[in-house]
Amino acid sequence: MKLTLKVWRQKDRNDEGRFVEYIANEVSPDMSFLEMLDVVNTDLVKKGETPIVFDHDCREGICGSCGMMINGRAHGPGKGIATCQLHMRSFSDGDQIVIEPWRSTAFPVLKDLMVDRTSFDRIMRAGGYTSAKTGGIPDGNSILVPKPVADEAFDAAACIGCGACVAACPNSSAMLFVSAKVSQLALLPQGKAERVERVTRMIAQMDEEKFGSCSNTYACEAECPKQISVTHIARLNREFVAAQF
Amino acid sequence: MTLNSKIPEGPLEKKWSNHKFNMKLVNPANRRKYKIIVVGTGLAGASAAASLGELGYNVHSFCYHESPRRAHSIAAQGGINAPKNYSNDGDSIYRLFYDTIKGGDYRAREANVHRLAEVSGNIIDQCVAQGVPFARDYAGYLDNRSFGGAQVARTFYARGQTGQQLLLGAYSALNRQIDAGTVKFYDRHEMLDLVVVDGKARGIVTRNLINGKIESYTADVVVLATGGYANVFYLSTNAKASNATAIWRAHKRGALFGNPCYTQIHPTCIPVSGDHQSKLTLMSESLRNDGRVWVPKKKGDDRQANQIPENERDYYLERLYPSFGNLVPRDVASRRAKDMCDHGFGVGASKMAVYLDFADAIKRLGREAIFEKYGNLLDMYKQITGEDPYQVPMRIYPAVHYTMGGLWVDYNLMSSIPGLFVLGEANFSDHGANRLGASALMQGLGDGYFIAPYTISDYLASNKFSPVDANGGEFKAAENSVTASVNKLLSINGSKTVDEFHREYGKVMWDYVGMGRNKAGLQKALKLLPEIRSRFWKDVKITGNALDINTELEKAQRVADFMELGELIAIDALHREESCGGHFREEHQTEEGEAKRNDKKFSYVAAWEYTGKTGNPKLNKEKLEFESVHPSQRSYK
Ligand SMILES: Cc1cc2nc3c(=O)[nH]c(=O)nc-3n(C[C@H](O)[C@H](O)[C@H](O)COP(=O)(O)OP(=O)(O)OC[C@H]3O[C@@H](n4cnc5c(N)ncnc54)[C@H](O)[C@@H]3O)c2cc1C
Ligand code: SF4
Ligand code: FES
Repeated sequence: MKLTLKVWRQKDRNDEGRFVEYIANEVSPDMSFLEMLDVVNTDLVKKGETPIVFDHDCREGICGSCGMMINGRAHGPGKGIATCQLHMRSFSDGDQIVIEPWRSTAFPVLKDLMVDRTSFDRIMRAGGYTSAKTGGIPDGNSILVPKPVADEAFDAAACIGCGACVAACPNSSAMLFVSAKVSQLALLPQGKAERVERVTRMIAQMDEEKFGSCSNTYACEAECPKQISVTHIARLNREFVAAQF
Repeated sequence: MTLNSKIPEGPLEKKWSNHKFNMKLVNPANRRKYKIIVVGTGLAGASAAASLGELGYNVHSFCYHESPRRAHSIAAQGGINAPKNYSNDGDSIYRLFYDTIKGGDYRAREANVHRLAEVSGNIIDQCVAQGVPFARDYAGYLDNRSFGGAQVARTFYARGQTGQQLLLGAYSALNRQIDAGTVKFYDRHEMLDLVVVDGKARGIVTRNLINGKIESYTADVVVLATGGYANVFYLSTNAKASNATAIWRAHKRGALFGNPCYTQIHPTCIPVSGDHQSKLTLMSESLRNDGRVWVPKKKGDDRQANQIPENERDYYLERLYPSFGNLVPRDVASRRAKDMCDHGFGVGASKMAVYLDFADAIKRLGREAIFEKYGNLLDMYKQITGEDPYQVPMRIYPAVHYTMGGLWVDYNLMSSIPGLFVLGEANFSDHGANRLGASALMQGLGDGYFIAPYTISDYLASNKFSPVDANGGEFKAAENSVTASVNKLLSINGSKTVDEFHREYGKVMWDYVGMGRNKAGLQKALKLLPEIRSRFWKDVKITGNALDINTELEKAQRVADFMELGELIAIDALHREESCGGHFREEHQTEEGEAKRNDKKFSYVAAWEYTGKTGNPKLNKEKLEFESVHPSQRSYK
């Protein structure tokens, strides 16, 4: 198939950026979306132009590197997948595809479709852990976690830190991402000791990074490649309120 | 060069505890004065940096990713081994040790493997304490499964995302230290050279991937935990950016390279769909617990799978290996699949695939049960191929997956350059010629949490360090050589892209240095590979600038190094006139077509030394001594 791409090109953080149109010829439905961009990039390099820059690595939906707005949707059409898992059979011959980076003040564009998500790491560093020292730990079975609790903690822990929730949110809120970690550790006995400090510090860091506030639109859950549920946001809110007393 | 493996004296099961006692310690008050660079934030690097930071050292952690959490370890699916014997099926440290030595086809060091088995239980406890959500039963106990042909259930797992959960655990431990100020973290910094001063590793040169700046960092110890080199084959299950540059450049600075030809081919991957293919996706081998592998009995059979009646199907693994059946080790399953396709029995459009069929399992256990066990994998398959594995058998084919070879290290995980430690997949240490499933995660975390922190302290306490200066001669020389290679690459302005060269190189590697190797093929590869390399340096085209984000330039550096390493792999494979584990020389097989070792001549580690010229390495040998286990012919009949 033949497709028209409108791709956001931006030289660096300070550049204004603009859309540039490219034609992708001979696209096979078995290609992944990123492989389609690889082909476009090969042509660009051969013509002496700079290729479209985007983050990616595992190309199987687990590392959280990839992420772009495709026709206005975070990670494009399809439910429960990251951009790298999108295949061209989701498009038809002659389609126009608009490709943009995540848009959020907390995720400044570095170049083209690549953004700076280190704000997520800084939130995690503000207590998104248990203070377990290396060594001297009792047997794993000395802490019992019944399957339903372990499963729910796992559902939260599945977050890949891609930032689609922020990109999809009209307020650029990071609540789904933050709630996934808070909720995982609040559910598990191992996380209980530090829950007050954890939720307080992580929320403070989130605010400092200039993420917006949550107005319950649930756009995040709809676009999250790991289908992290907004019930974790509810748990985060409870944790936060409890921490105030 | 004489190789000293520094294996401690004493009986096997006492070596590590004696050694721990004999190693020197650094006074807590002095630790802050020692600077340690850790390159890599996968399981091995993150766990090492976190543990060393917690001990009080001044740790500097680097990776080329935007965040430590993106490291390739995140992609591991199946699980992690530990002989906790929770299943009461007779597991023990000795059994895990024995299985690993045997699985590695008697080409690993006994002492290292035993130590790994000893610390593996602690890893599970550590991860649980960090909040890793391992699978549990309804009573709350940790659940185990049997994995990769093991006859005991010792594999701990977190759905099909074990690597992700373990890495997020190590990442959180690292974050805690960054938060505490003991570790300074550098994202998007790629190490491009190792700096050796007065014979000791004393720092690294990096390129800042955002602004292109070439910078030097000094240290008293350098740790490389930079992962494996399977991408030398272009198509592999590794993440796109996984590369050998850090270990290769250390090799060129004097670190010996151990057993480069030991590469692992994983039997269950989604087959190639066309020329655009950029990487291959693994389907966890746990699928072989319930899926049955088959091909049509008739060559070139073009019928749809569902139209081929039962009596016209060849369940060849069950036929050839009645006792292990579909669960034979990876190397055996891979070779058999290739054999079938090479003989014309392959299926699918490319004919380079075999079926993995769940129809019987669905009939026996019900669709629900199969969904519960493998749902995410089957969905992933459907997503990629557009076919529904509940309706038609999956098509699978082997793909390069893991590299057992890596930088040579002694028992302390120190390379042949004093002060350069190598952890995780980047070293050659524990898996011999073939790695068993669920043991790479174990090794990475074992190295980082429980081994390197002790052995690095011992090295620091036993040596004197004169100050080094990032503006000193050795650092400036290394910076200049990095800058020169960046500028050279950008100036070529040829006609082919980096990927085109990489693909061409990888094809030769796969065809002649891949699953089945023979003398003539390897010799042919040794003609073709240098020729591609020399064309690369004349005809590669890279656009953009040095002082900017330039992903093509990043790739070019990595591919340039692969193009030297590939040759060493072929040389090693040619010299090893035997078959063992993942290294299969067609000339050396038993009558039944299994790998045939030659213990008399090849029971050694091949540790290659760089001589200043690519393609002309010098061989050093470390003899392997087996005191506990008697090497025998592996049999899975
Ligand atoms: C698809 C897949 C599934 C797997 N499943 C399993 C499994 O179920 N069980 C199991 O035990 N094993 C499994 N493995 C193997 C296992 O995942 C890896 O061997 C292991 O995770 C490697 O960890 P590592 O810490 O050594 O390196 P990696 O995780 O590869 O980390 C490398 C790090 O080094 C950094 N780096 C590299 N070079 C440089 C440089 N030059 N400069 C700066 N930074 C650099 C990277 O940024 C990264 O942080 C699997 C592997 C694959 C590919
Ligand atoms: S919550 Fe979902 S969308 Fe947000 S970062 Fe995590 S995986 Fe991505
Ligand atoms: S590239 Fe890893 S999630 Fe998409």
